[in-house]
Order: sequence, then C-alpha cells, then structure tokens
Amino acid sequence: MSLEALPLEMIVFVITAAVAAVAALLVVLHRNPVVNAVALIVNLACLAVFFLLLRAPFLAAVQVIVYAGAIMVLFLFVIMLLDLKAELHPPRAGAFQRVMAVFAGAAFLSLMVLAMRRSRSTFAMKEVADAGHGTVERVAEEMFRNHLVSFELASVLLLVAMVGALVIARAFAETPDSQEPSA
Amino acid sequence: MLRWIWAIPLLPLAGFLANGLLGRRLSKRAIGTIACGAVLASFLLSVGAVVALSGAGEDLGAGGGPSLRWDPEHRRAQVTVGTWIPASAAGALAVDWGFVLDPLSAVMILVVTGVGFLIHVYSIGYMHDDPGYARYFAYLNLFMAMMLTLVLGSSYVVLFVGWEGVGLCSYLLIGFWYQDVAKATAGMKAFLVNRIGDFGFMLGMLLMFVHFGTLDIQTVAAGAGGAGAAVTLIALLLFVGATGKSAQVPLYVWLPDAMAGPTPVSALIHAATMVTAGVYMVARSSVVYVNAPAALATVAVVGAATAFLAATIALVQSDIKKVLAYSTVSQLGYMFLACGVGAFSAGIFHLVTHAFFKALLFLGAGSVIHAMSGEQEMPRMGGLRAHLPATYRTMLIGALALAGIPPLAGFFSKDEILGKAWEDGHLWLWMMGSVTALLTAFYVFRLIYLTFFGAPRMSAEARHHLHESPGVMTVPLWILAVLSAAGGLLGLPAALGFGNFLEGWLEPALASPPAHTAAEGSGHAAAGGHVWLLVVAALIAVAGWAVARTLYQARPETPARIAARAGGLYRVLKGKYFVDEIYQAVFVRSFFGGAWALDRFDRHVVDGTVNGSGAGVQIAGQIVKLFHTGYVRNYALSFFLGVVFILWFLLVR
Amino acid sequence: MRPPTEWYLAIAALLFTIGVVGVLARRNAIVIFMSIELMLNAVNLTLVAYADSFGASDAQVFVFFVMAVAAAEAAVGLAIILAIFRRRRSTSVDDVNLLKW
Repeated sequence: MSLEALPLEMIVFVITAAVAAVAALLVVLHRNPVVNAVALIVNLACLAVFFLLLRAPFLAAVQVIVYAGAIMVLFLFVIMLLDLKAELHPPRAGAFQRVMAVFAGAAFLSLMVLAMRRSRSTFAMKEVADAGHGTVERVAEEMFRNHLVSFELASVLLLVAMVGALVIARAFAETPDSQEPSA
Repeated sequence: MLRWIWAIPLLPLAGFLANGLLGRRLSKRAIGTIACGAVLASFLLSVGAVVALSGAGEDLGAGGGPSLRWDPEHRRAQVTVGTWIPASAAGALAVDWGFVLDPLSAVMILVVTGVGFLIHVYSIGYMHDDPGYARYFAYLNLFMAMMLTLVLGSSYVVLFVGWEGVGLCSYLLIGFWYQDVAKATAGMKAFLVNRIGDFGFMLGMLLMFVHFGTLDIQTVAAGAGGAGAAVTLIALLLFVGATGKSAQVPLYVWLPDAMAGPTPVSALIHAATMVTAGVYMVARSSVVYVNAPAALATVAVVGAATAFLAATIALVQSDIKKVLAYSTVSQLGYMFLACGVGAFSAGIFHLVTHAFFKALLFLGAGSVIHAMSGEQEMPRMGGLRAHLPATYRTMLIGALALAGIPPLAGFFSKDEILGKAWEDGHLWLWMMGSVTALLTAFYVFRLIYLTFFGAPRMSAEARHHLHESPGVMTVPLWILAVLSAAGGLLGLPAALGFGNFLEGWLEPALASPPAHTAAEGSGHAAAGGHVWLLVVAALIAVAGWAVARTLYQARPETPARIAARAGGLYRVLKGKYFVDEIYQAVFVRSFFGGAWALDRFDRHVVDGTVNGSGAGVQIAGQIVKLFHTGYVRNYALSFFLGVVFILWFLLVR
Repeated sequence: MRPPTEWYLAIAALLFTIGVVGVLARRNAIVIFMSIELMLNAVNLTLVAYADSFGASDAQVFVFFVMAVAAAEAAVGLAIILAIFRRRRSTSVDDVNLLKW
C-alpha cells in the first residue's frame, strides 16, 4: 500500500494515541475488573491501528485476532468465572507502595525520554522503495527462512502451555469446595 | 662452704613448695617438721658459711671455683648461679642471679634464720588449732626464702625480688584469716602502702641504671663517688622505698593495722625481719648515701621524727599488740637515725638487738593472748604474773632490753646510736632520741604493769581459762630472753675500754662519711665524754621505769586523772594523730573518686561502645528487617527501582 | 505527513510506564496480569515502530513471537490463578506473604 502525504495520518495517530492512553489508565486505575478488561481490549485495538499506520498490516490482523480476540476473551472468561468483586479492603502492602510506584514510573518515563533525546541515529524513514514491507508474504519469508527453529519452538511452547493449563486447572477440580468444570 | 650460699634461700623455698602443694595430705607433725626443718637447715648452713667467711684469707679465690668471686679487701664472696637478663646490647641491662656473703649479709642471715627458726617452733604451738596450718607454714617458709634472697642479692634487682616477695608474704600473712573482712583489708592496706614505697624504690633503680648503666650493687658502689646530684636523688628515692617497707613517716600506717595477723607473724615479719629490710638496704647502699649528704640528713631527721612520734602514740594505746607495733615503728626510727648520722654499724647493731627483744615481746604477747583466749586489750588484763610465770619473766627481760636498762642488749645498741649522734654534733637529734628513750621506757613498763600486775580485771570465765603456754612456745621465749640479755656483748662500747666486735666485723662492708672518720680520732679522745653519755642514757631508762611504776602500780588511779585533765592531747594521741583519717580523707577518697570515674568510663564508654556496636547492629537489623515484608509487590517495586537506578546511572552518570 | 518514529516510541514508553505502575500498585492478580499484557504490547509497538523506520522485517517476526509467548503465558497464568482462587477464595496478591519477618 502506498501512503498519501496527508495530515490524515497525524490526526489518526493523535486520536488513537489519546484513546490508547486513556484506556491504559482505565486498565490500571479502575476498580471493576471487567472495566479493566474491556479497557484493555480498547487499548489493544488502538495498538492494532498503530500497526496499520506503521505498515504492518499482518501484525495488526494478528493483534486483533489473537490478542484482542483470544487472550482477552480468556481473561473475561476467567473474570466471569471467578465472579470477582471489586477490591474492597484497603491494601495491606502499604500505601507507600502505591506512591513509590507512581514515582518510579515517572522517573522511568523521564529516563526514557532522556534516552530518546540522546540517541543519535536519525530515524530517516525509508521511502516506500520497499513495497512489500509488512505484507504476509514478507513476514512469512522472513520467518520461515531465517527463524524457522524459533517458529517450531514456539509451536512446541504453545503445546506445552495448553497441556499445562489443562493440568493445572483440572488438578484442583477435585477439591470439595469448587465446582467441577466440564472436562 | 661458701659456694653453697645460694642454697640458703632455696631451702625454705623448698619447704614452701612442699607444704604448699602437699600440705593438705600431710599430718600436722609433718608440716611443722618440714617447715622448721627447712629453716633450721638454712640456719646451720648460714652458720657454716659465716664461719668460713670469717676464716677466709687471701687465697680463697683460687680454690673457690669459677662461679665464686672473692674480694678480700671487703671480705666479700659472691656466687653467681646463673644469668637472669643477659646483656642484649652494649649498655643494656644485664642481671645475674648472684648471692653475696659479706659481713653485713652474714649478720642478716644469722638473725633472719636464727630468730626465724625460733618463731617457726613457737608457731607450732600457737597455730596448733588453726585449720589453715599448712597454708600458714607454707607462707612463712616463702617469706623466709624471699627475705634471704633480699639480703643475699648481689644486684638491686635481686634485692628487689626479695623486697617484693616479702611484701607479698606480708600481705598473705596479715590477711591470713581472710574471712574476716577487717583483717583482709589490713592486709590490703599493708600491700598498697608498701607499693607506694616500692614505686619510689623503682624510680630510684631506674635513675640508678640511667646514671650508672648497671644495677649491680658493687659496681654502683664503686662508681658512686663524685656523681653529684643524681646520687642524692637516687638515695632519696631508695629511701622512699625504705620508708614504706620499714614503716617510717609517712608510710608507717600499715604496721599497726598489720597486727591483724597471727602474733608470730607480727613477731617475725613486723619486728625482726621484714621491716628491717629498709635499714639493711640503706646500710648496703652506704657508699651511695655517704656520697649524698643531703639524703643522709633526710634519713636521720625522718628516723628521729618517726621514733619520737610513734613513741608518743604508744603511750596511750590499750591494745597490747598496738603498743608493740608503734614501738617497732619507733625503734626502726632509731635505726634510720643511726644510718643518717653515718653510724651504719650502730644501726645494724640495734637491728640485731631489736630483733631479739621485740620478737621476744611479741611472742610473749602472743602467749598472753593465747592464755586470755584471744583478748588483746590491756584494760581487761591484770595480775597475770601468778598465772603465766614463764611468760612474765621472759617479757620482763624483753622490756628491760627495750627500755635500755643496762646491762641488757638494748642499752648498748641504743646508746651507741645516741653516742654517735652526740659525737657528730647532732645535738637536736640526740635530744629527740633521748626523750624518745624516756618515753620508750615508760610505755613498755606501763605494758608490763597493766598486763601482769595489779588486780585481775578480766571476766571470771576468762580467768578460769588462764594457763601457761606449752613448752614449744616457752622455750623459744627463753632462748630469745637469753639473747636479749647477752646480745650487748656484740657491741660493747669502745668508751669503756672494750673492742666493739660488731663494728669491727662490719667495717669492711660499710662506708663512713668523711666527717665521721675525722671525728673518729677525736671520738676516742672524747672517750671520757662518752662515759657520761652512757650514764645519762641509763638514768633516762630508769626514770622512765620509775614514772611507769608510779602511775601504774603505786597509784593506779593517776593515769585516769591525767587523761581527764589533758583530755584533748590524750584524744589526739589515742587517735594516733588521726593520720589514718587524714590519709583516708585526702588520698583514699580522691583515689576512690578517680577509680569511680574510671569505672564509670569503663562501664559506660568502653563497654558502652562495645555494647553500642552490638545494639547498633541490632537496630540496623531491625531496620533492614522492615524490608522483608513478604509482599511480592514490594519486592517487585524494589526490582523496578533498581532498574531505574541503573538506567539513571548509565544515562545521567 | 507521517508522525515521526519518536512519537510512536514516546507513546509506547508511556503505555509501558502505565503498565509498570499497574503491576506495582494493584492487588488483584488478574489485573496485574492485564498490566503485564499492556507492557508487552507497548514493547510490541516499539518493535514495530523500529521495523518500520529501518525497513526490517525480522522485528515484525519478533513481534509475532512475542504474541505467541504472551498467549501461552496468559493461558498458564490464568490457570494458576484459577487454581489458587479455588483454594482460598481470593485473588489478592498480598495473601502470599509467608516470607514476612
């Protein structure tokens, strides 16, 4: 795809960035875990938009399908299953923890900004000489040619995770104070 | 025989080890036999050595062997047993274990072992029922060994070993009945006061080494001439030590308290031997003192003053042993007076006679106390003459000797001192000595009359228990009585036409001050003048006796009236001029204050620092403990903070 | 007009920081998990931004793998939370405090 030299991209970027930031804050700050999960979904969608803007359509699709579609659904399932109430009692690890967390985060952010300013490489954007960048074919080519072993290992990893999740979730199914999940 | 003089101190040391280590398993008979046997062996060996010494001629050096050095001019035999401190570098201190037998040490060892043996025998009877029998004889033997080391030492260091050793034994024996806190404290007082004197002695030795480069007695004596001010300082410092050991002003305060120990101990250590160590040391260092006229004058003045002061205190004491204790202090003053006017042999003469009669008086007092079941206060005695005949008779002889009534020993020795003082023109000293002689006669007869005459003042029960002491105690008394009576033969005055045997015998070993030698010539010429001095001395002694008789036998109510009329003076004398109290307030309190402060410092600052470091670690631990909250979130925060810090460090630096 | 790459990096950093704060400040285990996902996504965004600016495709492959691993992790992690919740009826992370002094 070719990009048009319109301020359209900028506008989209700014709006999406704002939404993503707000959603992220909601994830972290809101009491209700369902709201947290939904906000995260929104955030992931914004990220997908970013991927599109950054000429990575394949990844954008994968993001929506896998991340927002599967992983977040899993989260929601678990939240519903556990029937969580909002956090009631005051934190036991100390209020200091929260304050320090915010402070550390702010410090970290400023260090990141500083690092960015310091870095000398110019992000000269390659013009669109490379038309296939980001397409499925290009990604596939890259992956299966140069990172085949990693790919295979990733699939093994997924298999292991699946088995593990099943085992862990099932192993405690026999405890008397729990409902039997459907095998 | 001279080669074996090193064995003289060693035999009692062996006795100490035997009784000290095995005493618990031995029978009382065995313990006594070992102890007395060791001293007897020492005595016999001493006799043999002295006989050999007197008969030795010029040729002894050849056949004596490599370790025996013979000096015929000074009649001095030195046996070196081994090296103690080898000379490590040129000018460094070198000390040998050397023992010297010359006329002076010959006299001393005979007195120490002879009188010591008698007292050991006496102790068998006196301490018979005491549970610490073995310990007593072990200490007594150790004392003998140390005293003999002191007297025979060839170097000031060896002398000092003995000096300290007798101080230690004095402490052990004074506080023998240590379960009684007062008695134990008396032992401590003796040791501490002695220590002050020892400090002066050590400073003197240090100065001596700095000046002479050696501490060998003979070498120091050879170099003492023309050494100037340093010699005076050395002499004075050594005399400080003598003040402590021989109970002169101002360090005499321990001797009366030392009466807390068993009476034979008082007789041996605090009458006959240990307290004379100071006199011996001054006589031994006569060359040094002769070259330091200022020091010599100090010795004389201190001696005379002490003699007078102690006699005044003895006038009004009620404890029989305390009277004798102050009497000892007073008589020691006479000995120092003699040395101070350059008449060293007169001082030694008095040392010998005093050993006889004072030991006799103390042992007699012990016999009285033994008969009175422990009572020591004369106001509660009286009329003991009938019950304790042997004790009475021997003590009377001792009293006559102490008072200086001719022809007993004390008369001759005391007169010689006063005579020499007069001859050298020390009129004030002579006056003080004579007045003190009057007081001496008075108080000793006061003691006799209060104890043995008059109506008995004790409880009926005490009177019931009165008994004369067993033979093992009375025989030594008689032997000492004979010696007290006949001891004057040693030094019959030249004025009456006799040769003074002791003076002649001691002459090679002692120095004379130059003025004295000049006066020697005139002294012989003034022999006639000396005769009337003898008469005056005798009259003084008799006068003292007469006053005592009047006050205590003829009109016994008089002393109480005098005491009432002169109330203030009486109280001051009875309270021994409150010297102990003054010392307590001035010195002891301040030392306690300093010690208290140091204790505080030690406990709070030093220990506080140590404890504080421990507490600090504990507190640090408590603080660090707070990091272990157990909450994973806190740990995660720490991780993240670490990351932030590293980033900051890399980026900002 | 394309936004410069630094802007993407900046927003990614911001999202990452928010995620960190979430991990550190929340008690609920599930919400902590979600914050972790947020962090992972921020990293993904960074990678894609660089891929775009350098024209490199292996960065995008990297992102792909990150997503795969994130999925695996989410599955196992949630299973564990489930198991724990069945035991003690609480998802508070603060209950795991046996190491407390």
